Amino acid sequence: MAFIEARDLVKTYTPKGAPVVRALDGLDLDVAQGTVTALLGPNGAGKTTTVKVLTTLIQPDSGTATIDDVDVLRDPDRVRRMIGASGQYAAVDENLTGFENLMMVGKLYHLGAKVAKQRARELIEMFDLVDAANRPVKGFSGGMRRRIDLAGALVINPPVLFLDEPTTGLDPRSRLALWDIIESLVSGGTTVLLTTQYLEEADRLADAISVIDNGRVIAKGTADELKASVGGQRVAVTLVSERDAVPLRDIMSRFGAGAPVEGGGGRTWVVPVDNGPVALSAIVGAAAEQNIALHDAGMRRPTLDDVFLQLTGHAAEQADETEGEAA
Amino acid sequence: MSAELNATSASVAGAAGAAANRTGATAGGTASTLQPILGSPISRFFSDGWVTTWRNLMKIIRVPEILLFTMIQPIMFVLLFTYVFGAAIEIPGDGYESFLMAGIFAQTVVFGSTYSGSAMAQDLKDGIIDRFRTLPMSGAAVLVGRTNGDLAINALSMVVMMATGFLVGWRVNSSPLEFFAGVALLLLFAYAFSWVMAFLGMAVKSPEVINNASFLILFPLTFISNAFVPTEELPTPLRIFSEWNPVSALVQSARELFGNVPPGAIVGDAWTAQNPFATVLIGVAVMLLVFVPLSIRKFATLSR
Repeated sequence: MAFIEARDLVKTYTPKGAPVVRALDGLDLDVAQGTVTALLGPNGAGKTTTVKVLTTLIQPDSGTATIDDVDVLRDPDRVRRMIGASGQYAAVDENLTGFENLMMVGKLYHLGAKVAKQRARELIEMFDLVDAANRPVKGFSGGMRRRIDLAGALVINPPVLFLDEPTTGLDPRSRLALWDIIESLVSGGTTVLLTTQYLEEADRLADAISVIDNGRVIAKGTADELKASVGGQRVAVTLVSERDAVPLRDIMSRFGAGAPVEGGGGRTWVVPVDNGPVALSAIVGAAAEQNIALHDAGMRRPTLDDVFLQLTGHAAEQADETEGEAA
Repeated sequence: MSAELNATSASVAGAAGAAANRTGATAGGTASTLQPILGSPISRFFSDGWVTTWRNLMKIIRVPEILLFTMIQPIMFVLLFTYVFGAAIEIPGDGYESFLMAGIFAQTVVFGSTYSGSAMAQDLKDGIIDRFRTLPMSGAAVLVGRTNGDLAINALSMVVMMATGFLVGWRVNSSPLEFFAGVALLLLFAYAFSWVMAFLGMAVKSPEVINNASFLILFPLTFISNAFVPTEELPTPLRIFSEWNPVSALVQSARELFGNVPPGAIVGDAWTAQNPFATVLIGVAVMLLVFVPLSIRKFATLSR
């Protein structure tokens, strides 16, 4: 049995004056002990709802969930003693200092005042918050709040860690730093379930990926397996000017093995091909004949973006902002 | 920012090792999960209740606006009513300032209880309730801590108001025991009302809405009462409302306990006006019996 196991989870919401939303629609999930699994999907796919069920915050309409054989739905208190959770928004008390926030969490885990204080001091050091330890959180930057929140999730060294979009809203540099922190944490053997809408985040951190859309898992595997499932090589061409997009697409359709898709920014187009080198030189040659100025052209292996696009029919970061309200 | 963050990531692994030496723990080790001290459920409840109460007391201390509002508002009310209305309203006996004080006390502590509503809504919005709900702690304790916070604010307001009242000529004409019973009754009523507001805060989920709504409800409730004027001359519908108003019963009880009932005051015919103490105690019991379980259940199913 998997360490975290969810079977056929269903959760519906009925927003006022709107049709029923099936936030979870028969979701299955298996997470092996000591691995990092990423739930990948756009906003509203059901990622946060899944984490809320597994962290005992909401009850599903039907389905089962266990963590280390403990029934999440029937025995939430035992589950709470073995998980740490860090949410999308840093859940810290603005008026308490960094140290006080962590000490409070320790006391609420019933570690006793002495251990709670000692552990808070350790986490302050680990997360390099020494300078901020004795100032109220109110004045902290977003990245620092996120670190305190993450530290709060680690107070008991939980065997299972849930991270719901840990880097959403962070600048790229803070995101990289947080990735490093998460990586050094999981090297200790913690089982991590992570949600993200960033493909590169799943690619970098996760041992296994479950792609979620409309409340169901639509594909799962390692990043490499998922990429291989999309198959084949691709040719990517970046234009100097967006104006040439239409003729370029015609050329790419002619020499490609499928329809070209926009690969970001309006100037880059990607098309699956059967024979990379032949197709590449044909496309570049045809573009030169029509005087289309190219900024860049090359072959590449499929990325998780391609996987996502193929599976869901839409790009990963196109968000329909429903989940926050429904949940 | 960048140097600080890079230092962080580099030092995590090393610091985790250092931490391990002290607690026998590593940053993410499964074998070394810290174990709770498993006391009885009751001792855990009191521990959680104290921690969340502490959190709300720290908020009072660290947010100067709350403290300022808590101190200034009652002083302002005492002075405004005494000198603006006091000149116009004839009260036999010790005069208007003695009549007024129980009314001001009641109004202030009832308003003070609305903090629980906006604070629960705000905590929900900030996600800190979600954090609490993933911890192996008592949910009821979060609510106890919150309502205790209101109790602290109200106790503080009472002290300030009494000092101000004393300066403008208010005197207690009863025994110390009766005086403390009066103070306790005011705080008890307000405490029970905090549970009503906590529930509404969780149900409405918006601090702004709960703030505006409580003004709409509480202004009529405190002004259409015997708090500031004798009610016998009010138009009949208002007089009847006032006689059945539990705030009137609270004010009447406090007046009696402080020995501030003007001589020859007319008491209404309604049962509630005839039995102010019983009315207050029944009101407190109903609020607690209904809203404590309702709030605890609401908390257990909350999620942002």
